[in-house]
Parts: sequence; structure tokens; C-alpha cells
Amino acid sequence: MSSPRTIVDKIWTDHVVVQDPGAPAVLAIDLHLVHEVTSPQAFSGLRARGLRVRHPGQTVATADHSIPTTPRGLPMLDAMAAAQISQLEANCAEFGIPLHGIGSPSQGIVHVIGPQLGLTQPGMTIVCGDSHTSTHGAFGALAFGIGTSEVEMVLATQTLLQRDPRTYEVRVDGTLAPGVSAKDVILALISRIGIGGGTGHVFEYTGSAIRGLTMEQRMTICNMSIEGGARAGLIAPDDTTFQYLHGRPNAPAGAAWDTALETWRRLPSDDGAAYDKSITIDADGLEPMVTYGTNPGMGIPITSNVPSPDDQADPGQRRALERALDYMDLRPGQPILGQKVDVVFVGSCTNGRISDLRLAAGVLKDRHIADGVRLMVVPGSDEVKREAEAEGLAEIFRAAGAEWRESGCSMCIAMNGDQLAPGQYAVSTSNRNFEGRQGKGGRTFLASPLTAAASAIAGVVADPRRLPGIEALAAVGGR
Amino acid sequence: MAEPFRMFTSRAIPLSAENVDTDQIVPARYLKVTDKDGLAEALFRDWRFEADGSLKDPPFVLDRPEMAGRRILLVGDNFGAGSSREHAPWALSAWGIRAILSTSYADIFRSNSLKNSVLPIVVDHATHARLFQLLAADPDAEFTIDLSEQGVLLPDGSTIDFDIDPFAKRMILAGTDELGYLLAKAPDIDAWEARHPARIDSRVGAA
Repeated sequence: MSSPRTIVDKIWTDHVVVQDPGAPAVLAIDLHLVHEVTSPQAFSGLRARGLRVRHPGQTVATADHSIPTTPRGLPMLDAMAAAQISQLEANCAEFGIPLHGIGSPSQGIVHVIGPQLGLTQPGMTIVCGDSHTSTHGAFGALAFGIGTSEVEMVLATQTLLQRDPRTYEVRVDGTLAPGVSAKDVILALISRIGIGGGTGHVFEYTGSAIRGLTMEQRMTICNMSIEGGARAGLIAPDDTTFQYLHGRPNAPAGAAWDTALETWRRLPSDDGAAYDKSITIDADGLEPMVTYGTNPGMGIPITSNVPSPDDQADPGQRRALERALDYMDLRPGQPILGQKVDVVFVGSCTNGRISDLRLAAGVLKDRHIADGVRLMVVPGSDEVKREAEAEGLAEIFRAAGAEWRESGCSMCIAMNGDQLAPGQYAVSTSNRNFEGRQGKGGRTFLASPLTAAASAIAGVVADPRRLPGIEALAAVGGR
Repeated sequence: MAEPFRMFTSRAIPLSAENVDTDQIVPARYLKVTDKDGLAEALFRDWRFEADGSLKDPPFVLDRPEMAGRRILLVGDNFGAGSSREHAPWALSAWGIRAILSTSYADIFRSNSLKNSVLPIVVDHATHARLFQLLAADPDAEFTIDLSEQGVLLPDGSTIDFDIDPFAKRMILAGTDELGYLLAKAPDIDAWEARHPARIDSRVGAA
């Protein structure tokens, strides 16, 4: 009998091509996702060495980071962004890589379209020059962000040099209360372990609360693994996973589906498998979470007060908190509820999927956003946009006073002109509240789609649990 | 291909902030480049400049006249958190930084730095605190970074030993890159692929 193994160990072993003594393993990569921002220098590197892309059929590209979310017919005003997009198109054409570009019905944020197309599958190794590649771990894949040098390596060889990662079990048991969602689970984790807590590790999310989540909710959690310092985070595949995948364009079909299913069912960690670290979170005890500071670890339950630097024993943490509160212009000890909001952003690879939009629309239906608030709703992909329009969500957003935009990364990274003005406060469903992340001088409160929508109506940070009908919203469907 | 890494001596730039993320090292609006040129001016852009483009007053540490030409950056815990942008080590390298001293680095940043011959040196907390004290007492203290011996030589003649991935060390000392190593593994990759057919074809159904 071999010793019990984790899913990470199984996927890892399945993909080691060769390993020289003292060297990292040569790890085979099943799927490589490419976008406009982190790939141009990699393609230039290939050209300089006279190399080809080894497996264009295991590579897929889209444009998402720097594209406008204004109507698609309008010209791109940013010449540098336009040049970057043109270069992506030229690179994909030259090297034979399928591109789901602007104007394609399958365009979208790279981490939204991978699962949507059925390219993301259990047991795979998946990489992309983007740290939120951890999203794909929701399917029981080992998925992580890489730099541009590594993008070039994967393009050329379909492999990477990697050291065996350590494992970190994040066990979430219990039931989430109405108004508390996947986003709150991951923000709670990061607030407990800090943004470096998972460094050197891969999170495996386990427990009854995780099992009860839909695929889109699981993606929200895995997406922000990197904000806890873990390059990857994954969830063992189960019937929820298989149901989501079945029938998608690139999913196995017919007899191949049955074979795949058999393989996938062997992936979950064996009973008694050992992890290098572990933490347990009680889902029943969670409140909606909101960040108050300048990294995703600076989060609190929404009814709590902003912490005070005086209460920090560690001098480094005290300085960091002072600096964060100064940047955010918040007072130590003030409640976060009721804090003024200028902009609300619903979207991103964290919370830009159809179920996220359904939740936000559920809150906004028959209501209107507060005077002076700007609400931007940016679907995660063109398909999500069409779906939301077909379901009538777009109408709800517009009637509530929101801007209903084209898909892209938008104000999550603020490269495309969608950004905060200096000093503005935003409640954002995205993943990073770093200084200037959503525009120079802008201030971000990270939160769930429910909290974001409730805050847009109130004009201040608001608790979605106080909305009438929140129990019904908790049952809003997703996949 | 990088230049082979040689032992060097430099004064150091102290930056005590912790959890410095790559959005601070290079703000996202500088990611629209399609080459690696000009990134030195993007380095810590929003910590260095006011909205009107003038330097902050007092200047950010990088812009203090005595910091010019320094090649070592002493930083707080967990440097390089967040985004995978390799523009961060590209910008540090373009500025002239060759080694960083901290207690820890974010995984992707550390990996990206090693590929650009920017050494992310890890020291323990006590040593880290001592280095900041040393620089506070003598801002012009010189340090010698010796990668082959894995040591940082201090002005008092003592040495701080550091660990580094032996493979990365070999690559950086030789000035070779990992792609060359991987390309030489083509026979192994061919053999592996013959046993493991591709699980997908992304071209199916794509435009």
C-alpha cells in the first residue's frame, strides 16, 4: 500500500517529465492561457531565437486587461493599448494560436473564458502570465500564475521548471448565512493568515461548506488564493464539477467523457493524506467581509470597527496600519458601515460571472442607486454579457442607474481608462485594494457582489443582510 | 541571455515598508509596453511623483541624491506581493538593482527576479533588523554580495550566509537561462508526450 496522497501530489507526479539531481522538475503543462499584457516580450524572445510555439492547440489567447469596456464599435483611444492588442493579434496569427479577441463572441477575461469553453479540466496543469490563474484550481487543476520569461518557456517547450510545492489545507465546514458568500470566505481566510500566509504553498480547500458551493463560487475562492500568498489553490473535483463541464465546447464527449470521468474520480486527496499546514474556518460564524486597508489581508467583518495602530504589538504592523489608514483616510476605531462611497464596481475574474451578476441584480431590482454614486457593472465575458441581457439583468442594472458595459478586466486593474479619481472611495468586487490599484489615489473596499450592490443603493458601505428579502437572494441560482 | 553574475560591492537603499506589492513597484498603466525598455522610470512611480509629475517633497528614498548608483535594496517582509508582472524585476534591474535583502518574497516575484539576475536574498528577522540598524547608523555602509560563496560581507568583516536554490544559482552565475536548459530536454519531452496525448485542442471551435 502506498501512503495516502493529496490531489496536488497526484497532479504533480502525473506531470513530471524528468528531474535532474539538484534541479527543479521539468513539469508538463496541459493548458497555457495568454493575454495581451504579459506576452509580447515572450513572443519577441521566441522570434529572437528562431523558435516556434510547440503546441498551439494547448494554448489559447484573449484580450482582456487593457481593452476598453465602452461599446465595441468605438475606436480605442489609448494608442499604446491599441498597439499591444494589435501585437497580440499578429503574434497569435504568426504562431497559430487561437485568439478569442475583441469582437469574438467568446472573448472575455482569461479566467472566465477558460472554464466557459470547457478548456479548464480536472487534473490539468494550467498556467498563464497572470497571478489569478489560481481561479482554475476550482476544477481540481494545478493552476498558477507565471512571469513572462516562463510564458516564453511554455510557448517554446510546453513545460516549466518547478519545485515541488508544499500543501496547505483550508478546511471550511458549516453553512454560510444568507448574505454571506464565497467572497466573504476567502476574504476571511486572508484576513486571518495575511497576504504572505500561503507563500510557498498550494491551498487545498476542503470541508462541507466548500462542497456545498457552486463552481462559480469555488472559482471566486480559488481566484484569490494568490492574495493569501499561495500561487495556487484548488478544490477536488466532484459531481458539481462534472455537471458544470459536461457538454462544454472543449470538454471530452461520448466515450472520452466516460474515460475522463473515471480518471477525474481518482483525483481527490486520499483519506489520511498529510498537509504541510492547515487551518479551519467555521462557515456559520462568518459575516460579510470588507477590507479597510491597502492589501487584501486588511479585512474585517462588516459590523466591526477599523482597527487601531495602538492595538498592534508588532512595530512593523503598526507602521503598516498607520500608513494604510492614512492612505485610506479612515480613523482608527471608526465603524466601516456607513463609510461614504463614490463608485461601486461589480465585475472582474473574481466576481464577474453570471451568478455574481444575478446576486447584484437581485439586490438592485426595483431599487435605485444613491445620488452621486457611480455603479459600473462589467461582465466577465461576452457570453456572460449575452446571458445577463437575455435574463433581463442588464435592464435591472440600467433601471437602477448603473452603467452596463462590455466585458474586460476594467477597473480591477484600471489599465483601460476605467478608474477612480484621486481620493474617491470604491466598493469593489475585485481582488486587490493596493494603493492606486483602481486609479492613482483611489481607495478600494473589497467586498462581495451582495455587499457592493447594497452599498450602491445606500451610498455608503452597507450590510446586505439588512436588505429585505435577503433569504430569497441566498437561493439565487448559479452553476 | 544575462551577463554572468559577478561579486560586487555597493551601498544599499533602505525601504522599510512591508508587503510592498508589484502594483507599487510598477503601476499597471506602465504595463502597456511591448518591450522591456524605459521601465526604470516606472519604478515606484506613484511613490516618487506627485500627480503633476513633480518629484515628491521630501523625495522618495530612491530619489535622494546619495542613493544614485546603489545596487542593493533592503526592504521589509514579503516583498513583491500580488501581480505576476515580470515588469517589476525588469524595472528594478533597469534601475540598476542587482540584489534585494528581505525576510521573504512573494513566490512569483522571487521566481521572476531569479530569471533576471536580480538576487532575492532571504535573511532571518534578527539579521534583517540588524541591517536596518546598521544603515541607520551608517547610511553609506558598503556590502559585498558574493553569490558563489552565498554570503553578504558586512563593513565589520563579518558575513551573512544565505540560501539560494542551487539550480538558480548555477544559472545566474553562468548567465544562462532556463529556456536553454528546457530546450535541451526535448528528447525527454517528446517521450513524455508520446505517452500522454494532449487533453485538449484549443483550436476546436475557435475563430
